[in-house]
Amino acid sequence: MANAISILSDRLRWEEKALYKSALSMGLKASIVDAKSHTLDILDESSLPAEVRESDVVLQRCVSHYRGLYYAAVLERFGRLVVNSFSTSLISGNKLLTSLELAKRGIPTPRTYVSFSDDSAVEFMDRHGYPMVVKPIVGSWGRMVAKVDDRDDASIIVEFRRMLQDPTYQVYYLQEYVRRPPRDIRAVVVGDSVVAAEYRYQPPDDWRTNIARGGRAEPANLREDEREIMLKAAEAVGGGVLGVDAMETEEGLLVHEVNGGVEFHGVSRATGIDVASKIVEYVKSIARR
Amino acid sequence: MVIKVQCNECGGTIEVPDDALPGEIVSCPDCGTEYEVVSVDAKAGRAELKPAEEVKEDWGE
Repeated sequence: MANAISILSDRLRWEEKALYKSALSMGLKASIVDAKSHTLDILDESSLPAEVRESDVVLQRCVSHYRGLYYAAVLERFGRLVVNSFSTSLISGNKLLTSLELAKRGIPTPRTYVSFSDDSAVEFMDRHGYPMVVKPIVGSWGRMVAKVDDRDDASIIVEFRRMLQDPTYQVYYLQEYVRRPPRDIRAVVVGDSVVAAEYRYQPPDDWRTNIARGGRAEPANLREDEREIMLKAAEAVGGGVLGVDAMETEEGLLVHEVNGGVEFHGVSRATGIDVASKIVEYVKSIARR
Repeated sequence: MVIKVQCNECGGTIEVPDDALPGEIVSCPDCGTEYEVVSVDAKAGRAELKPAEEVKEDWGE
């Protein structure tokens, strides 16, 4: 059992404050560590902040994916327990790696394709037929997620992406457009439990359901078979604290994303469930001492 | 209680709760500029702020 936890953060949101308060209220020694404020020596464990050295587990909550990911790599090099682990963050932070893990395990997910050049992406979408969905392999909050309705859209997206400096935009993650109700389901998985679930309704002026894009949350009661799919999806990326997103179709749920840095303010408010405490209890239970 | 800090951008008054934690984001009510709380000294009624990072492409969930 853990006695002390560190919350690694780079921008203190509602979630990190809730985690901090929960940890204190459970009698744990808790600290918030700013990942931006120091430099780590990969040969010298004493370069870790004192709060981290004195903690049994680090809850990695950076809003910047790469900052959190690589900080976790250094922590694990020194044998520190990190939630989410480097591996879980790596896979869940990358839509293609996540899709590969879901596909390997036969977890229902939208049909996904990957092209490695502008020309092959357009050629494929033309051959496949529209609409299609194009997503960045790294990114969140629905940013740069595009519904492509015809060849004109496809050409414009490719042209815009060609101008972007980030080379990952030359990897085209293409997905079938799934006919679904105007909502999807977000389940917060903590360890081996679904601790809360919500429907996320798309706003009137957007097809995306992200709360960051104006989506509206309502509590969801999942059936046992739906819970199973959510849990399997979380396990597929390595497990930990995850936000699993799925769409309802006539054939059942299709998991389209597993988020490693889950924001839970909306789902806590919609369901009245104290998600922060569930996370802290989990983190406390897995610590080595 | 709040601690008042002047916005570097527009001179507006930013109100920082005296129980704010380092790393928390506060914004200027006049111009919207976001600041990160560096430290708060409730007794002395002082708060140190620095400009907050802008949203990057890898930010999110």
